[in-house]
Amino acid sequence: MTAPATTDDTALDLRQVEQFLYREARYADEHDYDAWEALWTDDALYWVPAGAPDGDPVQQMSVISDNRSRIATRLGQLRTGKRYAQSPPSHLRRIVSNVEILDDDDAAGPGRVPGDLTVGANFVLVESRERGKEIWAGRTTYRLRLVEGRLRLAYKKVVLVDHDRALPTLSFLI
Amino acid sequence: MTATLPETAHQQTDKADKYARLIQPTRVHGSLYTDPEVFAEELERIWYRTWVYVGHESEVRRPGDYVRKNIGPQDVVMTRDRDGEVHLLLNRCAHRGNLVCDAPSGNSNSFRCPYHGWTYRNNGDLLGYPYNKGYGGKGKLALGLGRLPRVASYQGFVFGSFASDGPTLTEHLGAAAGELDRLARLSPEGEVELTAGWLKHRTRANWKLLAENETDGYHPQFVHGSIFSVTGSPIGALYSDNSTAVTRDLGGGHSENDLRPEFRRFGEPMRWFGTTEDRVPQYVARMRELHGPAAEEILVEGSPHVMIFPNLFIAEIQLFVIQPLAAGECVQHATAIQLKGAPELNRRMVSQCVGSAGPAGMLLADDTEMYERNQRGVALREPEWVDIRRGVDRERTDDNGFRIGTATDETGMRGFWSHYRNLMEA
Repeated sequence: MTAPATTDDTALDLRQVEQFLYREARYADEHDYDAWEALWTDDALYWVPAGAPDGDPVQQMSVISDNRSRIATRLGQLRTGKRYAQSPPSHLRRIVSNVEILDDDDAAGPGRVPGDLTVGANFVLVESRERGKEIWAGRTTYRLRLVEGRLRLAYKKVVLVDHDRALPTLSFLI
Repeated sequence: MTATLPETAHQQTDKADKYARLIQPTRVHGSLYTDPEVFAEELERIWYRTWVYVGHESEVRRPGDYVRKNIGPQDVVMTRDRDGEVHLLLNRCAHRGNLVCDAPSGNSNSFRCPYHGWTYRNNGDLLGYPYNKGYGGKGKLALGLGRLPRVASYQGFVFGSFASDGPTLTEHLGAAAGELDRLARLSPEGEVELTAGWLKHRTRANWKLLAENETDGYHPQFVHGSIFSVTGSPIGALYSDNSTAVTRDLGGGHSENDLRPEFRRFGEPMRWFGTTEDRVPQYVARMRELHGPAAEEILVEGSPHVMIFPNLFIAEIQLFVIQPLAAGECVQHATAIQLKGAPELNRRMVSQCVGSAGPAGMLLADDTEMYERNQRGVALREPEWVDIRRGVDRERTDDNGFRIGTATDETGMRGFWSHYRNLMEA
């Protein structure tokens, strides 16, 4: 196989990045809330816009707009086993693809720290519940940070292809 | 059946009998939620007749502003014309029936149908049509966009009715108008604004399951126990068996959970908002400056929790609009209430509403799970009926003549069904 036309450093970075994104996706698919929560930094922002994909989450409605504390609340609710919208849990599998390291400060979201790496990817996700099957798809922008030698997640923005349409209940981790 | 009655009278009697059979004082039939024929009759007798909430004047602030709205499956464009008047137009070209407006909102004095270029003024008048010699020249066609014959607003809330005559909006709102006043007076400028954008939550359930649930004080401890336990929220206690709050049938199908007795018991300003006055000092100071001693009552009693028949639900800090699409499908539209002149509150209301409402909301996703399971349940054959008797024997009449029950009683549902039956039999 021919080596890709990139430097060794970048190639290594991309492989590490992909491994991280796949792991994050697997934790979410498998409802491994503890492992998923441990990926986040303390200044985390988990954002799923509604309506316009680039609105201001402070002034405009979002499907999800969680800081670190609200991520903990969301996961705490899921862990009770009585978050009925997710009890019994959805069966989930997602494909993360088109992974790119982005050289774009605009995509990085607020609170970027020097050294943070902005990554874009597409995803398709199938959710199966008693209610029926849903197909979710969209574009995710991640901001990753090396903390004590480990990659962590500081920012995850998920723009659904259906962001301006009526959505069914979205109670799993997207 | 008597053979002497003309056919239309037959149908009338059948319909009256049908709804009298299906809606009884303490139980309603499951088919009311699942039968497509009932849904079709609801469209004609409720959604295309009575006053229905459509939008808010703050969504079309400037002349030329427009926003796509709906009444059930009907695609409605709310516009403000150059004279400042608000119109509710049907999004349908008078030529071939194409959609004339495809943007969710914008500013334009006219709408041009993409199919053959017919153009309409934003009050619905036909402005022009290309190659007009084919119609005998300019200005020969007395056509226009469909429009709701009656549009009226109260505290900026715009309602429409497809019926040319009938009760006025004031008559329709009745006591519920006071709840909109209560909401508006929380703004230092006396104005509500709906400018935070909308969440649209697709729900595979009948719209009435939502309308009934909005003032059901029996469910929060169970459906929302998961989030109350994680956040230590005091909301659960408002709907406990010991709560002094009441459920009130406001008449006209409207109902409320009146939480004021609980808030008065504590007498703490901003407790209704889940905070204390020192967290929102500018707001509290401004309200005291404006209202003097009367501010205390406003700051303690807070915002209403009211279901306005058939589709507007105000839950303290957030507002929901129910859009029915079929017997088993509807969309919940949700937004954070914004109070003009209260930036400290507005930011928090967006944050709280995003946390609780919509498809991922920590409250509403669970409510919606209940609606959807309920929809599957009522389709089962036995025991056929849905029970709404809770609290019927301890219900009383308050000083203003309204029926009230305890915080967890089904007084609101009984009021809803009584009005529903009147409309369906009319």
